[in-house]
Amino acid sequence: MERAILRVTTKIFFAPIILYALYVQFHGDYGPGGGFQAGIIFAVAFILHAFCFGLEETKKALPQRALIVAMVIGLLFYAGTGVATMLLGGNLLGYDAIVPGSTHHAGQHYGILLVEWGVGVTVASTMLTIFYHFTGREPDIDQEDW
Amino acid sequence: MNLAAQLPVLPVIIPLVAAPITLLLPQGRAPHLWATLISWLTFAVSIALVSMVSDAGVISYHLGDWAPPLGIEYRIDLANALVLALVSGIASVVFAFAYRSVRVEVDPRQSTFFYCAMLICLTGLMGVTITGDAFNVFVFLEISSLSTYALIAMGANRDRRALTASFNYLVMGTIGATFFVIGIGLLYQATGTLNMADLHDRLVGQSNRMVEAGFAFIVVGIGLKLAMFPLHLWLPNAYTYAPSAVSAFIAATATKVAVYVLIRFFYSVFGFDFAFVGHAFTYVLLPLGLAGMFIASLVALFQDDVKRMLAYSSVAQIGYMLLGLSFATVEGLTASLVHVLNHALMKGALFMAVACVVFRTGSHSIQAFAGLAKRMPVTTWAFILSGLSLIGVPLTVGFISKWYLLTAAFAAGHGYAAFLIVASSLIALVYIGRVAEMMLLRDPPSEGPYAIPIKEAPLSMLIPMWVLVAANIYFGVRTEFTGDFAARAAEALMLAAGGAP
Repeated sequence: MERAILRVTTKIFFAPIILYALYVQFHGDYGPGGGFQAGIIFAVAFILHAFCFGLEETKKALPQRALIVAMVIGLLFYAGTGVATMLLGGNLLGYDAIVPGSTHHAGQHYGILLVEWGVGVTVASTMLTIFYHFTGREPDIDQEDW
Repeated sequence: MNLAAQLPVLPVIIPLVAAPITLLLPQGRAPHLWATLISWLTFAVSIALVSMVSDAGVISYHLGDWAPPLGIEYRIDLANALVLALVSGIASVVFAFAYRSVRVEVDPRQSTFFYCAMLICLTGLMGVTITGDAFNVFVFLEISSLSTYALIAMGANRDRRALTASFNYLVMGTIGATFFVIGIGLLYQATGTLNMADLHDRLVGQSNRMVEAGFAFIVVGIGLKLAMFPLHLWLPNAYTYAPSAVSAFIAATATKVAVYVLIRFFYSVFGFDFAFVGHAFTYVLLPLGLAGMFIASLVALFQDDVKRMLAYSSVAQIGYMLLGLSFATVEGLTASLVHVLNHALMKGALFMAVACVVFRTGSHSIQAFAGLAKRMPVTTWAFILSGLSLIGVPLTVGFISKWYLLTAAFAAGHGYAAFLIVASSLIALVYIGRVAEMMLLRDPPSEGPYAIPIKEAPLSMLIPMWVLVAANIYFGVRTEFTGDFAARAAEALMLAAGGAP
C-alpha cells in the first residue's frame, strides 16, 4: 500500500482534530475560542482527509449537497435564536428572554451557545465548500486553445 | 411577541432568514415565488414603518436589548424610512418581474442561488439604510456588495465579459469599503464610539487631523460605492453585463442607498460644525456633480449599447443628487432626496423595458431596437414614457425632481447651476430620443441577426414594468407624498446637522 505512513497518521489525527474543534467550540462562551475558530478546525480535519485520500473519497463522506444544507441550518440556527427571543418577548438576540427572571443572566449563556453553534456549522461547511470548489476546479484552458 | 415593538427589525430579518431557505427549495418556479412573497412582505413592513415614523417620530430599536451607544441601534427617522420603502418597493416589483427574464439569461442550475443572492442583497441594502451604527453600515454594505458581485457574475451565462465586469467592481468596491472602514476606524479612535448619534455629539468641536482624515476616507469610500464621477469606472460594465433583472434592481437601489449613506454621514454624523463638510460641498460635490452631469451624459450619447447608455445616464443622474446635496440648504437636500426616489422609479422602469427587449431579441444593442414600436408596442411605450420621465417632461416624476433642483439652485444663489441642469437635461433628450427614433421611425430589420419574428413580452414581465411606469406618472402628478415627505425629512436632517432651517 502506498504512503502508508501518511494514511495511518491521517486516520489517527482525524478524530482528535474534530474533538479539539468541539473543545474550542464549547470553550468559546467564557474564554478564547468560539464558532469561527472551531468551524475552521473542524473543516481542517476533512481537508487533511482530502489531501491524503483524494477529493473524491472526501466527497463520498461529506457530499457537496450536505454542505449546502449544513450552511443553511447553521445560518438558521443563528437567525432562529434571534427570532425565538423576539417570540419570547425580548428584542432580536435579546438572550435574557430565554430564561426570564434569572439572577445571573442564564439566558445570555444559552443564547450565545446556540448562536456560536450556528456560526460553527456555517463556517465549517463554507470552508469545505470553498475548498471543494478550488480543488475540484477543472484545469484552465491552454493558451493554445484560445 | 409585541409586533409593533419588533417592527423596526423585521425589514432586515425577514429577507435575511428567507435567503438561506431559498437554497433548500427545488429548482424551477419555487425560489422565484418565495423571493417575491418575501419582498412583498418586506415592502408591507416598510410601509407600516413609514406611517409609524410619520406619526410618532424617530424609532429606536436596541438589538439584543443592549442600550446604545454600546449596543447596536436601529434608528429610523423620516429620511431612512423613505429609502426603506423605496428599496423594498423596487424589490417587490423587480422580483415579480424577474422570473422569465432570469430563466433565459441565467444558468437554470443557478436559479436557487440567484434568488438567494437577490434576497441577501435586499437584506444588505435594507440594513445599511436602517442602522444607526456606523460600523453596522460597513457590515451591511459588504453584505449587499458581495451578493451584487455574485449576481453580476451570473450574467456570464450570456456574455463572458460579465466576469471581468464583476471582478472590476469587486476590486473597486472593496477599495471603497476598505476606505470607508479606515475612516470609521479613525473616528472610533478619536471618539471611542460607533453609534452615529453619539459620534455626532462627540465630534462637535473636534477638528484635528485624525477626524479630518477619517472624513476624507469616508467620503472617498462612499464615493466609490455610489459611483461619484470620476469614481464611476466600475459602473457601466457592471450594469451592462449583469443579468437584466439585476441591472434593474441595483440601478434603482444600490447607488441610491449609497447616496443616503453619504447624506447621513454629512448631516447626522459630522454636521455643519465640522468645517470640512462645507469645504467638501463647495470644492468636491458641487464641481464633481456638475462634471458628472455633463461628461457622463455626453458619453451616454455615443453608446451603441442601450444598457451601457442607461448606465452612463445613471452616473449623470447621481450628479444631480450630489448637486442638490451640496447646496447645504433644506431645499437642496429635499431635491436630492426627491431625486433619489424618482430616479429609482425611472431607471427601474427603463432597465425593465430593456430586459423585455433582451428577452425577445436576445440583445441590448441599439440595432435590436429598430422598429420595435410595431413589434413590441407595449414595451416601447413603457420605455418612451419612463424616458420622458428621465428627461424631465411635466406630468412625470422627472419633472418634479428638476423643479425642486432648479428652485433649490436659485434659492441657494447658484443660478448658473440651474442653467446647467436644464442644459444637461437636453443631452438626456438627445440620447433617449436616439433610442425612441430607432423604435418609432425605423422599419423592423429585414435582414441580419434581428430580422427574427418577435412578439410582445409576456404579461408576467409587462405588468410589473407598467406598475413602475404608472408610479412615474402617479408621483409626477401627485407630489404631496414624495415632495412633502422628503421636505420633512430634509428639515429634520438639517436641524440635527445644526444648519439653518
